[in-house]
Amino acid sequence: MAEPHIVVRDLTMAYGDRVIQRDLNFTIGRGDIFIIMGGSGCGKSTLLRHLIGLIRPAKGQILYDGVDFWNADPSTRTALLRRIGVLYQSGALWSSMTLAENVGLPLGEYTDLEETEIMALASLKLALVGLKGFENYYPYEISGGMQKRAGLARAIALDPEILFFDEPSAGLDPISAKRLDDLIVELRDSLGATVVIVTHELPSILAIGTNSVFLDAERKTMIAQGPPRELLHHADPKVREFLTRGGTL
Amino acid sequence: MTEPASTAMLALRQKEGRLHVCVGGDWRIATPQRPTVGEVILALEESRIDQVVIEDGGIQAWDSALLLFVEQLREYCQRRGIALDCRALPEGVRRLLTLATAVTPTTTARTGGTPGWLERVGLQTLNLLDQTQAFVRFIGETALALARLVRGRARFRLPDLWLLLQECGPGALPIVTLIALLMGLILAYVGALQLQMFGAQIYVANLVGLGTLREMGAMMTAVIMAGRTGAAYAAQLGTMQVNEEIDALKTLGLSPMEFLVLPRMIALIVMVPLLTLYADLVGLLGGGLAAVSVFDLTVLEYVTQTRTALSFQDLGVGLIKAAVFGILIATAGCLRGIQCRRSAQAVGEATTSAVVSAIVAIVVADSLLTILFTRLGI
Repeated sequence: MAEPHIVVRDLTMAYGDRVIQRDLNFTIGRGDIFIIMGGSGCGKSTLLRHLIGLIRPAKGQILYDGVDFWNADPSTRTALLRRIGVLYQSGALWSSMTLAENVGLPLGEYTDLEETEIMALASLKLALVGLKGFENYYPYEISGGMQKRAGLARAIALDPEILFFDEPSAGLDPISAKRLDDLIVELRDSLGATVVIVTHELPSILAIGTNSVFLDAERKTMIAQGPPRELLHHADPKVREFLTRGGTL
Repeated sequence: MTEPASTAMLALRQKEGRLHVCVGGDWRIATPQRPTVGEVILALEESRIDQVVIEDGGIQAWDSALLLFVEQLREYCQRRGIALDCRALPEGVRRLLTLATAVTPTTTARTGGTPGWLERVGLQTLNLLDQTQAFVRFIGETALALARLVRGRARFRLPDLWLLLQECGPGALPIVTLIALLMGLILAYVGALQLQMFGAQIYVANLVGLGTLREMGAMMTAVIMAGRTGAAYAAQLGTMQVNEEIDALKTLGLSPMEFLVLPRMIALIVMVPLLTLYADLVGLLGGGLAAVSVFDLTVLEYVTQTRTALSFQDLGVGLIKAAVFGILIATAGCLRGIQCRRSAQAVGEATTSAVVSAIVAIVVADSLLTILFTRLGI
């Protein structure tokens, strides 16, 4: 087992009185490609929003390298956030900025680099995701798949230790989805980053996931964890059914 | 946690037409005073070099800073036809370099430069033509939708129309009341101060009455509605454009002009005159308050003089103007909303543009109508 990078302990997520998931306990190892999976509406994206500091847990802890995110002081929290990169489902690019400006913004906010160096780095990050030459395009001028890749370039702008992806393959054709999967693996290997992916795309889950957790909407808790390929033979029929699209092995 | 950065090292050594670039230490963005690729380029410019060999002189830590250094060096070497040997670099750097060069830059790449003045004039002209064409098409489609409405064949949801009437009518009463009351007060104050010098303050009723009914009632109501409802229409339709809701209507065979624009148009054409009528009454009341409380007129004097000064023709002029303003506000709001591009920024731009266009159109239309009514002796 890899060295623990993120530890989720007794986590309960709720909107007001409505509990989404309770008693979540799992560990994400350094260098893992960790999949958060489950049916629609089970709270996958909500869990991601808890992990990236957008929603405070109703109960429990989220530890980054042993540091409790929600009980840390604000400066520590900011430092922890500086170490993560997030690719949102829609790309979430800022529409008033060019792609280079989108990627350059976090560099301008968190480093002392000169503007020319920021733009050079932004161009390099865009090249890494195959968007060299699109620096001066606005998000609305490029396709959805390209917006996702530009979002990824922004997510890796600060060389994060942890990369979070919310449904990265959603809305992409199988070939583009496969290329994005390859890119995720390549970035993980070359940057040495830990990757956390929320998805229910089976090809991606089985192709790149090294570890996973399965959330269930009915029982409002996790019902399985482990490498996705091992979960193909899990005792719970719901997990098996999910991973085999309702078919048999 | 990211530990404090130490130093990045760069050593250059020439040997038999080769430049050995030895990198070591801490090559991260946070490392202060990192060497730049300019130092290597200077060495390459000064002597004849056929090959650059990058050597690992003890790289302790690296991130995009090292990657950028090597990538900029690679681009320079490629331009000058100099061979570059990166084999000594850490595997991660080499893999990322491969990734960065895997896709050829797009042939439609755009430069960041601004166009020259002649090009700008051309672009602006083309843009103006496009805007005019879109405006004419919008007017035409709206007219067709109205014609279908008259024939009872327009398709839209009646509950939507009631909601829109409620929002732009009764919903606007508080703000219209406040503005109209203050407008009447201001007119009375400004007029009475001048008329008082001639002992003619009784005519403040004429000033307030004619000013409110023929001009200010309709104008102020329209400006309020442009800022309140016209902007809301542009934002609603713009957001629907972003969320592909308008596309969904089109693919269902429903006309956005009938389903979305027509009810909004009707709501404003009906409600702006009604609100103007209300604003006229409140404006007269405001003027009366000032006249009675400050300029020593009695209520009876003010009412009698107002009745003498005003005719239904004056009221009609104001209401006709209000109906025209309603059409203009709805057109500006809906046109900008429908034309909105698919981004959050575009929604903001559409909203601003809707308000500005509506106010300009209102003032221009008011001038033209005033001239027309004067010429006709109305």
